Amino acid sequence: MSKRNSLSKWPVLLLTASLALGLTACGSGNNAANSAGSGGAANAPAENTAANAGATEAPAPKDPVELLNVSYDPTRELYVSFNAAFAKYWKDKTGQEVTVKQSHGGSGKQSLSVIGGLKADVVTLALGYDIDAIAEKGLLNKDWKGKFEDNSAPYTSTIVFLVRKGNPKGIKDWSDLVKDGVQVITPNPKTSGGARWNYLAAWGYAQKQDGGDEAKTKEFIKKLFQNVPVLDSGARGSTTTFTERGIGDVLLAWENEAFLSQKELGDKFEIVYPSLSILAEPPVAVVDKVVDSKGTREVAEEYLKYLYTDEGQKIAADNFYRPINPDIAAQYKDTFKDLELLQIDKDFGGWAEAQKKHFADGGTFDEIYTPGSK
Amino acid sequence: MAGGIATSRSVRKPAPADIGRPTSEPAAVRWLLIGIAVLFLTLIVLLPLITVFVEGLKRGWEVYLSALIDPDAVSALKLTLLVAAIAVPLNTVFGIAASWLIAKFSFRGKSLLLSLIDLPFSVSPVIAGFMFLLLFGAQGYLGPWLDERGLQVVFAPPGIVLATMFVTFPFVARELIPLMQAQGIQEEEAAATLGAKGFRIFWSVTLPNIKWGLLYGLVLCNARAMGEFGAVSVVSGHIRGETNTLPLHVEILYNEYQFSASFAAASLLMLLALLTLGAKSLVEWKTAQRNQDLEG
Repeated sequence: MSKRNSLSKWPVLLLTASLALGLTACGSGNNAANSAGSGGAANAPAENTAANAGATEAPAPKDPVELLNVSYDPTRELYVSFNAAFAKYWKDKTGQEVTVKQSHGGSGKQSLSVIGGLKADVVTLALGYDIDAIAEKGLLNKDWKGKFEDNSAPYTSTIVFLVRKGNPKGIKDWSDLVKDGVQVITPNPKTSGGARWNYLAAWGYAQKQDGGDEAKTKEFIKKLFQNVPVLDSGARGSTTTFTERGIGDVLLAWENEAFLSQKELGDKFEIVYPSLSILAEPPVAVVDKVVDSKGTREVAEEYLKYLYTDEGQKIAADNFYRPINPDIAAQYKDTFKDLELLQIDKDFGGWAEAQKKHFADGGTFDEIYTPGSK
Repeated sequence: MAGGIATSRSVRKPAPADIGRPTSEPAAVRWLLIGIAVLFLTLIVLLPLITVFVEGLKRGWEVYLSALIDPDAVSALKLTLLVAAIAVPLNTVFGIAASWLIAKFSFRGKSLLLSLIDLPFSVSPVIAGFMFLLLFGAQGYLGPWLDERGLQVVFAPPGIVLATMFVTFPFVARELIPLMQAQGIQEEEAAATLGAKGFRIFWSVTLPNIKWGLLYGLVLCNARAMGEFGAVSVVSGHIRGETNTLPLHVEILYNEYQFSASFAAASLLMLLALLTLGAKSLVEWKTAQRNQDLEG
């Protein structure tokens, strides 16, 4: 009897011990998060300074501050340079150290992460709809677009074609993309902002050709997507598919992404400007709920405003985004070709409508695209 | 043993060559088979492994080293080690407790518990990540409650630890259960009749018996904890220098056209893996030695 008893106590004790250990570890994990500044910094400033070695000199004018910029895929290089410039500007102006952390991914996915609790001070996404989705959940004001100049879009871009050197398939315009034997690379419009701009540009072109006959337009888009062998989830994934894995004849890409691949990977590729494209306005916004709880509103707003300064505009242009400031744009007019551009508000009735019509469940994209169909 | 060989030699003296050759296949077949195996190993394992180092060093040692001391890389390495340092011990304690329970006792629901332990093996890591997002995310069941208290689980290290723990949960237990079942409970019973209390029994009887199996489980658990990508990718939020683990860092660098840096970081991960493998071989060698000692 006693033998059974002494044996049977043990599993219980061990389990209790493991549970206790588990709780301690979770506790320390939370501390780590706080000291890193990402989570719940508002409630525990004391803990923050205690745990953060860099922040211990409390009497300094202002404690170092950290911002998180949640952005979309192709802006990595842009924000690396911009963050460094802003940190210097802010330090000169206020004496405060600012570190801007970056997170990148497909625009739609990033928007979902912020909704899911990723504590972004600012979002700089590929299209307004993805910020609208965050506003929908009450994380920021619904009229965020009016907060900064030019619909809160400090730089613009457009969609171009990237083809292999010498353009072996002779791709000149959208109509060449639906030809047999042409492989087109574009990311998935459900998850990627760039892909939605691609889709709308193609749609706009087809509509113009067909004189507004929607059935014909759908047929065109359907044919185009039958030529797409892989749908990556983000723009950068598609670029690597095209440039590194060597799949496809033409990449539908952000203009900045196309320039960047040329710069990084040499002249193995050529940029082709179609007869018509779309004016992409990647917008920026401050996430009200996060900055108010972290107390970073002032620096977050300054950060986005700095994008509109001459310095910020030049950094954007150097990273192949079209500056909106006409003076700076004039300096870079050799880089950015003039072409006819559709506008989301004028030609598609704004993002809310475009999203509903084309990309929501049951929209035109679902109608024309069946995975694996050929 | 030595005596045995001597006798057989003296009996079958005319054909000494037969003794050294356990199979009767012609040499050509044997070499072909060995060749295929070596070729296969080279193609599937060795070549990719070498490629990682070659690509990492392509632009010279300077680029390689600067990629390794880059603050983001260092923080990714630290986070990876931190996650392993939390997840592995916890899963070890749990694994010992669970396998003790399952191997030494019979109770209702035992097979259910076994299936539960196996669950992380059969669930895709990505789904595991989404589970934690649904549970702890701002729109999840516990999210609002955590948010009110200023606690951040997903998109922060705790979420990464949780996801890693889930994925590496079965390794230690799965290693120990068959071992403990094979050993039976006689020794523990004997100890108990001699008056040993529970912890004493565990410490001086059970633990020495499972020592090497446990170490092996630990090594596997650790390897997976450091290399996990899918589940961690979902809950990480990809904040550079903060919630990126080494595997995620490798992917980010690759996507930024920094191929050399990416492969340098990958080689770091590879070195960790090789260390783990070395530890594993040591454990295996020790186990084999111990078994020989037992038989001898």
